[in-house]
Amino acid sequence: MYKQLTTQNWWKYLGVALLVYTLIWGLLMPVPRLPILHETIRNLFFHVPMWFGMVLILLTSLAYSIVHLRRFDTISDVIAEQTATVGLLYGCLGLFTGMIWAKYTWGEAWSGDPQQNATAVGLLIYFAYFVLRGAIDDDAKRAKIAAVYNIFAFFMFIALIFMVPRLTDSLHPGKGGNPAFNKLDLDNALRGVFYPAVLGWTLLGMWIASLGIRYKLLWLKQWDNK
Amino acid sequence: MKYWQQIGVLLHKDILLEWRQKYAISGVLLYVAATVMVVYMSFLSVEPLVWITVFWIVLLFASVNAVAKSFLQESPYRRLYYYTIVSPQAVIASKLIYNTLLLTILSGIALFIYSIVLGNPVQHLALFFADVALGAVGFAACFTLLAAIAAQATQNAVLMPILSFPIVIPMLGLLIKVGKAALLGVANSDTYKDLGVLCALDIGLIALSLMLFPYLWRD
Repeated sequence: MYKQLTTQNWWKYLGVALLVYTLIWGLLMPVPRLPILHETIRNLFFHVPMWFGMVLILLTSLAYSIVHLRRFDTISDVIAEQTATVGLLYGCLGLFTGMIWAKYTWGEAWSGDPQQNATAVGLLIYFAYFVLRGAIDDDAKRAKIAAVYNIFAFFMFIALIFMVPRLTDSLHPGKGGNPAFNKLDLDNALRGVFYPAVLGWTLLGMWIASLGIRYKLLWLKQWDNK
Repeated sequence: MKYWQQIGVLLHKDILLEWRQKYAISGVLLYVAATVMVVYMSFLSVEPLVWITVFWIVLLFASVNAVAKSFLQESPYRRLYYYTIVSPQAVIASKLIYNTLLLTILSGIALFIYSIVLGNPVQHLALFFADVALGAVGFAACFTLLAAIAAQATQNAVLMPILSFPIVIPMLGLLIKVGKAALLGVANSDTYKDLGVLCALDIGLIALSLMLFPYLWRD
């Protein structure tokens, strides 16, 4: 599947087209006026997809870690590593865009919101993944141990996403009685940009990851020839 | 040898080794005692809600330290020898049982000293003990595999806390939440649901450890 996707370009064009649509229509479209949110509801197209994209890309990373434990090949390890990098990048972007938004909506950049805390802990988990990779010298051993940690970490990451909202009430729109874009508030206009935005940002992430994978594979090849 | 027999023999070996080199286990116990004294001397008296939070943080640090050494005391050669005679699941299962026992005893001692110096404001004791027991099993399940991972890398002393702390946060949060309910004596159906979630987490982590350890073992 990896080979087919990297040799084809249609999904990259699709991603760019969706993002152009998101940028233009997302900023121009008339949006419902909701208390607290007002115009910042447009952040739905830029901040929220970061979170969705992060989870989807980390899911890819998990899948390739499982593949690696079945086949012990280099390519699945490279894919798992590079997708985790992009997942981490999206996590950081989601956190920062959320913090800017929260500064103006909730009054504080860090308000102890469950989603915010979960993302921060998720980032710590995946930073630890890269420190672990750095701490092992042997290539085959590093690939194997990183795959084991990735699977173990993802289980607790899922636990984290479901668990943290149990601990404190959320400030996020749509939770704890806050106004949001659910069925009652919304004709399907926001949805019409939101879903394409999620797909577009995820495809962009996959594109970045595929560049990283190709670079790493070339680098490894050159290393082998020396 | 049968599977259960292998676990039994390995467990017996671990306990015997621990008994022969008493300094390791006394070190861990002294670590708890010293940490509790540090907390006590810093606070002198604490609010109930601070009491429970600090108690779990003390246990977290003590547990990471206690479990971190599980795979370090054996040389690679001895690991190779085990590889030829027992199944990997038996190794991880024996370590899991051993660490659970160790952490249960550790938690008991920590709670004992902690209660003596800082008082014990807990109102619903049975629930609190269930919370501590589930915590000991959960920490053992979570840290044993991570100790096996850290043992494979260089600089494992640094690696162990950074791998374990973020991963254990969801569990720690639930343990503290249930602990608070036990402390204030306000257990409701939500608290018992949390206990159920903790059980599910423990079982999931144990299953995952049993599944993943064989890959770590093979070189």
